[in-house]
Amino acid sequence: MLDQTANLPPLPGVGYKPQHYSGILQNAKPVDWLEIHAENYMGDGGRPLAQLRYLSERFPISVHGVGLSIGGEAPLDRDHLERLKHLCDWLNPASFSEHLAWSTHDSHFLNDLLPLPYTKATLARVADHIDQLQELLGRQILLENPSSYLAFAESTYEEPEFLDEIARRTGCGLLLDVNNVFVSAVNLNMDPRAYIDAFALQRVGEIHLGGHDEDQDEHGAPLLIDSHGREVADPVWALLDYTLARSGPKPLLIEWDNDVPDWPVLQAETARAAQALELVT
Amino acid sequence: MIVSQSSFHAALRQPSDPIPMGLHGTDGHPAGRRFNVYRNNVATSLMDALATGFPVIAKLLGDANFKNLARDYQWQNPPKSPLMMKYGAGFADFLLTHPALGNIPYLGDVARLEYALRLSYHAADSADFDANRLQTDQLPNATFSLAPSVQLVSSAYPILGIWRMNTHEGAAKPKAKSETVAIFRPGFDPQPEEITPADAAMLSSLQNGEVLETALSKAQRIDPDHDFAHILSRLLAGGAIADIHLPET
Repeated sequence: MLDQTANLPPLPGVGYKPQHYSGILQNAKPVDWLEIHAENYMGDGGRPLAQLRYLSERFPISVHGVGLSIGGEAPLDRDHLERLKHLCDWLNPASFSEHLAWSTHDSHFLNDLLPLPYTKATLARVADHIDQLQELLGRQILLENPSSYLAFAESTYEEPEFLDEIARRTGCGLLLDVNNVFVSAVNLNMDPRAYIDAFALQRVGEIHLGGHDEDQDEHGAPLLIDSHGREVADPVWALLDYTLARSGPKPLLIEWDNDVPDWPVLQAETARAAQALELVT
Repeated sequence: MIVSQSSFHAALRQPSDPIPMGLHGTDGHPAGRRFNVYRNNVATSLMDALATGFPVIAKLLGDANFKNLARDYQWQNPPKSPLMMKYGAGFADFLLTHPALGNIPYLGDVARLEYALRLSYHAADSADFDANRLQTDQLPNATFSLAPSVQLVSSAYPILGIWRMNTHEGAAKPKAKSETVAIFRPGFDPQPEEITPADAAMLSSLQNGEVLETALSKAQRIDPDHDFAHILSRLLAGGAIADIHLPET
């Protein structure tokens, strides 16, 4: 099976937004690779597919699924699996990733990444779903760690251990979202560096960075929200440095999905990601 | 304490319901407000998707009204697919039958127009059509494949005028009248244009695979002076004809 933990260049990329199309194309050296959300490119034609086809001739593309509900209790949606296969077949992306989460219940798509208890039952189910997906796509996928706002009393695994076990069983790679690690660590009162220390960094094929918002719960405890609507926070950059010092250079993605800024703002974030990579190159 | 996805889902749906036991924050506190982050994410992301898909409806209703309706809609018509480009297929019918919206009867038809524009935007591309292929004495017996991006919407209200007034600065105030709208997509941008009811009858007939002669007779039944040359030139300019099929001789 195609090993994609080394397929994207260990350089900065951005989550592609159509409003940046001309900003990207008019810039001599805008960014080294692009990530798209799979579900936005499942129409029959028109501008989205034409733009993607054009960009894919110029940039390595990472396809990031946000709707498969890999952690769902129900079987995977066959129609959606076929759509993912169709997209990967014609685009032949450098990488395909999805989330450790569920988003569909009883055929109802909730458009959010919902949390899972880390138990043997969840492990078996998620591993089965990933086996099914990798077999259909004929390629290794990367599985992303979630951002958590709460924990399940029934969990018997720590998250890094849980992800490592899934990767070992299925042969999938991992997508490490450093902002998610920081958000979860603050929300659940854990040490983010201890999380990185426990994470199977050799399985990481891509790192995500995004912005979060700050709130509090009803007991006054900090509650960070993974909003992807602003610059990456300073402690997340510091956690990235800590991670890269242990993992070596990895493909770094800036995610900015809400209140999307003009291209130069996003490019400044990629410049900062490039600096972080230079420290370990 | 096992939290099933069905109990999690049920609690997402009913903000007044208790949060499932077995979910906690720091220091063993029950999840409380932390669960509301998920409630809020679900509600907001679907509301935003609907507002993106129906910008004119959102503008006509105003932010607060639109959000209330979008919240009702998302639980009455939950999305069955993770493709947000298809979300809102039933929104026009929801608006048409909503008891609080009886005084704005055109809303549902404007929503149908917005959804049709979205369908057109994502429709399959079609190759350029060579107009010389129309130079045949077999034309009356020909059938046509219209481009998949062609959409028709008709209404008892001036839906295109209302749409234009809310999307184009300085557009004229619409006059009270019925309107039939065709959407053509010459490149990547869907273009809504007003056509006559006779044009619409002709296009529907062609979309149903009937020969041109039949389509034209249906148009002439509505308007004996139907101008075929005029609508044909608009179809060609709008990239609306994908192919012509002549009878086998």
